[in-house]
Amino acid sequence: MEIYGSLNAIGYGLSAIGGAIGVGLVFAAYINGVARQPEAQRVLQPIAFLGLALTEALAILGLVFAFIWGRV
Amino acid sequence: MIALALPAAPEEGGFKAPGLEDMHLPEILPWGADYGSGFGKQMLLVIISVILISWFFMAASRRRQMVPGKFQFLGEMSYNFVRNSVGKDIIGEKDFKPFVPLLMSLFFFILVNNLFGVVPIFQMPTTSHVGTAYALAGIVYVYWIFLGLKKHGIAYLKLAVVPSGVPKAILPLIVIIEIISNFFVRPLTHSLRLFATMLSGHLIVMLAAAGTSYMIVEGGVFLKGLGVLTFVGGVGMGLFEVLIMALQAYVFVLLTAIYIQGSLVEEH
Repeated sequence: MEIYGSLNAIGYGLSAIGGAIGVGLVFAAYINGVARQPEAQRVLQPIAFLGLALTEALAILGLVFAFIWGRV
Repeated sequence: MIALALPAAPEEGGFKAPGLEDMHLPEILPWGADYGSGFGKQMLLVIISVILISWFFMAASRRRQMVPGKFQFLGEMSYNFVRNSVGKDIIGEKDFKPFVPLLMSLFFFILVNNLFGVVPIFQMPTTSHVGTAYALAGIVYVYWIFLGLKKHGIAYLKLAVVPSGVPKAILPLIVIIEIISNFFVRPLTHSLRLFATMLSGHLIVMLAAAGTSYMIVEGGVFLKGLGVLTFVGGVGMGLFEVLIMALQAYVFVLLTAIYIQGSLVEEH
């Protein structure tokens, strides 16, 4: 059996693990905070999304590089 | 396993997964083709989105009443969302007012351009082309540096890269990291985040659609059954995309507000 494709896909899949764990931790902390103190939700929400955006950046750079360096 | 059941080699006329090339649709007009690509679908969509947004807000604010009607209520609600939960909460009560127009136009421009991905006929998020995202993030990048220089003068460059309360010994290292992260990585991730999420979401939906049509048209009985599953999964991913589109517009504007706030504060 022959398999076609680029190893970059596997590399990107591996690199996305880190981003996934990070996003999970961010939202776990956010949910924890809101559950303990529901009135803090307005304050915590932008912080949670900022954390999401910053953590996600690594996985997104991985996706872009997987495409850029894919066909050399 | 499903992928292995398909004949994978393109040269044998089997299934060919959609790739980056399929994101580039043929040009409508060859205008400006010497500089890269001509007047294509995404440029047309940008123009349509500007017309749509300005029509919506002009119509919503034309007949203002004390008790708002449905249309006016929708316009006021969307304005309030950006003004209060992004502008007021992040930039601060004192000096958020001059930035509300910028935040408003960025949010609705990105939101509408993202949502084009799920509207029939349009069927392509404009921001899934990196040029759009670069232009938007570039405007924000130039603007927050300009704001910082205007408020603090040339001392802003020191303010932006030297955090307060750091021991002298590790200061050179921190300064280098801050320069890289603030002036190089920040605009890059700001634009790539928007572009890459839109691109990947669109690719997933395209892949589901292409796989479905291949399996149902050319597959056997077993593959026809699997094709129904990929169709349902594709619809689900499409709905998930709507959530991501709105979220990315919010995140882009949120980061814009945070950068503006960062160049206005006294201490970093």
